This record gives sequence, structure tokens and C-alpha cells, in this order.
Amino acid sequence: MARVLPALVFGLLAAAPFLGLGQGWAMTLLARGMILAIAALSLWLPVGGAGLVSLGHAAMLGIGAYAVVVLDDARVTEALVVAPVAIAAAALFALATGAVAIRTAGVQFIMITLAFGQMAFFTAASLSAYGGDDGYTLYGRSTVAGARWMQDRLGFHYLCLGLLVVVFLGIRMLLASRFGRVLRAARENPLRVEAVGLSPYPYRLVAYTIAGGIAGLAGFLLANAAEFVAPSFLAWQRSGDLLFMVILGGLGSPFGAVLGALAILALEEWLGHLTPHWRIIFGPLLVLAVLYLRGGLVGLIGARRG
Amino acid sequence: MAEPILRLDGLRKRFGGLAVTDGVSLEVPPGEIHAVIGPNGAGKTTLIHQVSGTLRPDAGRVVFAGRDVTALSLARRARLGLARSFQVTSILPGFTALENAALAVQARSGSSFRFLRPAASEAALNQAAMDALERTGLADRAAVPAAALSHGERRQLELAIALAMQPRLLLLDEPLAGAGPEETERLVALLRGLKRRYAFLLVEHDMQAVFALADRISVLVYGRIVATGTPDAIRADPEVRAAYLGEDEAA
Ligand SMILES: Nc1ncnc2c1ncn2[C@@H]1O[C@H](COP(=O)(O)OP(=O)(O)OP(=O)(O)O)[C@@H](O)[C@H]1O
Ligand SMILES: [Mg+2]
Repeated sequence: MARVLPALVFGLLAAAPFLGLGQGWAMTLLARGMILAIAALSLWLPVGGAGLVSLGHAAMLGIGAYAVVVLDDARVTEALVVAPVAIAAAALFALATGAVAIRTAGVQFIMITLAFGQMAFFTAASLSAYGGDDGYTLYGRSTVAGARWMQDRLGFHYLCLGLLVVVFLGIRMLLASRFGRVLRAARENPLRVEAVGLSPYPYRLVAYTIAGGIAGLAGFLLANAAEFVAPSFLAWQRSGDLLFMVILGGLGSPFGAVLGALAILALEEWLGHLTPHWRIIFGPLLVLAVLYLRGGLVGLIGARRG
Repeated sequence: MAEPILRLDGLRKRFGGLAVTDGVSLEVPPGEIHAVIGPNGAGKTTLIHQVSGTLRPDAGRVVFAGRDVTALSLARRARLGLARSFQVTSILPGFTALENAALAVQARSGSSFRFLRPAASEAALNQAAMDALERTGLADRAAVPAAALSHGERRQLELAIALAMQPRLLLLDEPLAGAGPEETERLVALLRGLKRRYAFLLVEHDMQAVFALADRISVLVYGRIVATGTPDAIRADPEVRAAYLGEDEAA
């Protein structure tokens, strides 16, 4: 089950528009779920892969989204330009902040990433040219090589799905590589890694930078999905939400991040329909999940099988 | 005497007011098993830390294979061929025994900034890792997660990791600590089998093992080396008997 689960979930997402989820609201929700899954995957890499718990990850997403804003304002809407810029900007932010943060560990790392995240948040809120606190509405979605198929619901759906699958497989490949082995070893026992002659720092920094780049990609998609960007994209609560998705899904495998993102979005949606006070139920549910699902959702599904 | 593989030159380390390493000088020639013995708290682990690079000495030099490594990190020294084990076993519990050793092989064979190919399918890494496991008697446990190994097996694994590094000197901090009589016998036989091919700086409380294995012994008391010599000379040294061995026999 654990082995075929990704193929099953991705297959369901591919078929969803033809399984009665083709209406506007459902497609919007699905796209949002897949984008958040990419974002959660990017956070999984430092948290689950390298053992670096970041509480400032929304900033990377937000920087990707604001790259879209800045270029949109300059009338640059070509995705083949905008997306690489969004990725590079977020990766650069990750590299610069990671170079400092990764020298620390544990709670200190959490606090430093939180502080950097807040800096980015307040910077975004002060950008009056881009709407400040009120945010910025895009002229429209990006074009791809001049074509407007990101406007098309199905086109956008499969773009998000395709990128999600690529990111997932990419992270899996990364983890299994020599680089990933060093990363995983340093998560388990950094002293042992040093004692065999490898310094964990550069590996962690590269992983953190890659994570930033992927988050920038998610930010690019998020901006296009909403056709609107606001400083709230960078708020620390968003970082907390992402961290929650990763933990609920399970740190043991990157697919946990995908499950966590989809599950939380579905839960929010479902509870939101039941009652306007859904957060009162949502909070305790999450607490219970953390208490009783030690390996997260992937752990649950893996364990069923035995 | 051949050029020593390791030379310690007036090492000093204080923790607050306590001189834990107090002017330690010693030489280990290639192929020698040099044991460091001494009572609890004598500063043996602190000494190993300074040789391996986990701690910086306040004064003095560590010269390894003719090169002053005093300012180098643990990782840099490891790449030069200094392998160490820890008083409390330090392995990767979630990795299999094979992957524990394979990481050490990987560290000395080319860049680890490789992102595409699965490391577990690199035959050269696996082969060298398997060799190290075979030499430490762990070949049939290669696929077992390190967390599931017995205490003695973990000690063996730590040795296998060290061997997989192709070291020139092994620093072993109480490799027999916590091992049962059978495990001790196996580990001592294992170390004896490695004798001459590597140089060792061996910290150990088990006197029987020390006297069976060591070419020379240094006795450390309150951070100072009070005697260095062959096992026979050390056994006969009245100061050593008074300071250390006497207590041990009385206990
Ligand atoms: N980081 C430290 N800070 C302060 N004091 C320390 C530190 N590390 C060790 N010490 C002290 O230095 C002394 C020597 O410690 P060390 O661990 O080197 O002894 P040891 O000879 O290895 O002892 P054992 O046989 O018990 O392993 C002890 O008194 C110890 O309390
Ligand atoms: Mg000690």
C-alpha cells in the first residue's frame, strides 16, 4: 500500500475533473491542494529530510508570489520568465537566511527562521507600490510561451499536478542520492557524519536552498491560482499551517507532506461547511492526530499493511 | 624508530580551574597499539577529543602523519585518515549496518554533492562497506538496521565504520565498555587481527585486554602521563602500581 499510494493519489488527482469534481469551486480547491502539497513537500525536505524545523517557510512561498507581482507590475507575464525568477528569488532568500540559521539547531533554528520570516512579512506589508497590506491583484495569469492555457481550468489543473509529481519524484531521488544520504545521516547523528569526514553544514545549506526554490515555485503557482497576492501569504501562521501539514502527514516519507496538505485542506473545507466555528473542532482534531498518529498519515497507511 | 604517525606535543586543556590535560606528549609509531590507561576522570576521553578534533587544546600541538592538524576540524582530520570511536557508541541507528559503513566509504571516495544516482546502488561503495563488515564479523548482519543490533554488534559496527574510512590511525575510546565476557573476547580477537596494519591509540579500562593488545602503555593520572612503557615495564612500575593498578586489583 505504502508503495503504490503515491501513484494511486496522483492517479485520482488526474482523474478528479472527470469524477464529478469538474465544477469551478472543486477545481479551484484541487489546484489549491496540489499547490499546498508542493509547498509542504518543499518544507518536508528540511524538516523530514534534514531535521531542520523551520517556522518561516511561508516567507519563501510569499517571495515567489511577490516575484510574480513585481513582474506583473512591469508587464512581464511570461511564465518561462516569471517562474524561474520566482524560484531564484526564493532560493536566494533561503541561501542567505539559511547561511545564518543553519549554524544553529533545535529551538534556536525555529526562532531564527521565524524571525527571518517576520522580516519578509513586514517588508511585503510595507511595499506600498504593490498595495501594502491590501495586497495586489494581478492583471491576469501568466502565459506559457505566449499561450494562455494557465487560464484554462484543466490546463492549470494538469500544470499543478505535473509539477507536484516532478517535485515529489525529484525529492525522492535527492533523498536516495549520495547527497541525500549525508543529509539523512546528519539528521540522525551529526557527530557521526563529522567523524567519517563530512561536515553537515554545506549539505544542509544546499538542501535548504533547494527547498526555498521549490517553495518559490509553489508561490508562483499560488499567485496565479488566486490572481492575487497579499502579505498574509507570508504570515507566520501560514508557516505554522505548512509545518502542520508536514507533521500530520508524517515525517518519515516525503509523501506524508502531500497527504498532509490534501488532508488538511479537505478537513478545513468539510468542517467549514458544517459550522462557521469550524476552527473550534479543527484545533482539537489536530492535537489528537499528533498524539495518536505518531508516524503521521503515511505511517498509518504503511502500518495497516503490516 | 620510524617517523611517528601521531605526535602529541605538550597538550594542555583546562575546564574552569581544572587542568584535565596537563602537558601531555606522546608518540605513536606506525603499526603500534598504544594504550592509554588511567582512573576515572583522569582525562582520557578529553585527550582523545583533542586528538580527533572534537576539542581544541589550550596549548600544544597535534601532529598527524607529519602534519600539524591542531587547527583542523574533526571532519578534516577524519579525511586525513584519523578514525575514532566514541565512549558512548555513535552510529546511525536508522541506517542498516551496510549503509553505516557505506557512508564512511562515500566520504573518502569522490564528491558527496551528487544528486541523481541512488547511493544504495553504487556497487563500489557497497563492496568496500561489505569488506569492512566482513573484517569485523558483521557480514551476515549487513541488512539489519543498526538500532536492532546488540550492544556488542554496535561496537563492532563502529569499528567497521572506522575501517571503512581506510584510516591510518584509529582512536578507540573504551571499545570494550559495556560488553559482556563473550563479546569482549570477540572484540579483543578482532582488534588483535587488525594489529600491525593500523596504528591505534586505545583507551580502555579492561586491564586484561590492554595488557594482551598493547605494544606500549601510557598511564594518565590527573591529566599527566606518569609513565610510558611496554606492558611488562608498566606492570613492574611501582608508581603505576600505587597510583592505579593497586586500586584496580583491590577493587
Ligand atoms: N566539557 C567539560 N566541561 C567541564 N569539565 C569536563 C568536561 N569534560 C570533562 N570534564 C571533566 O574533566 C575530567 C576528565 O574527564 P574525561 O571524560 O576526560 O575523563 P576520562 O578519563 O575519560 O574518565 P572515564 O574513565 O570515566 O571515561 C573529569 O573530571 C570531567 O568531569
Ligand atoms: Mg572517558
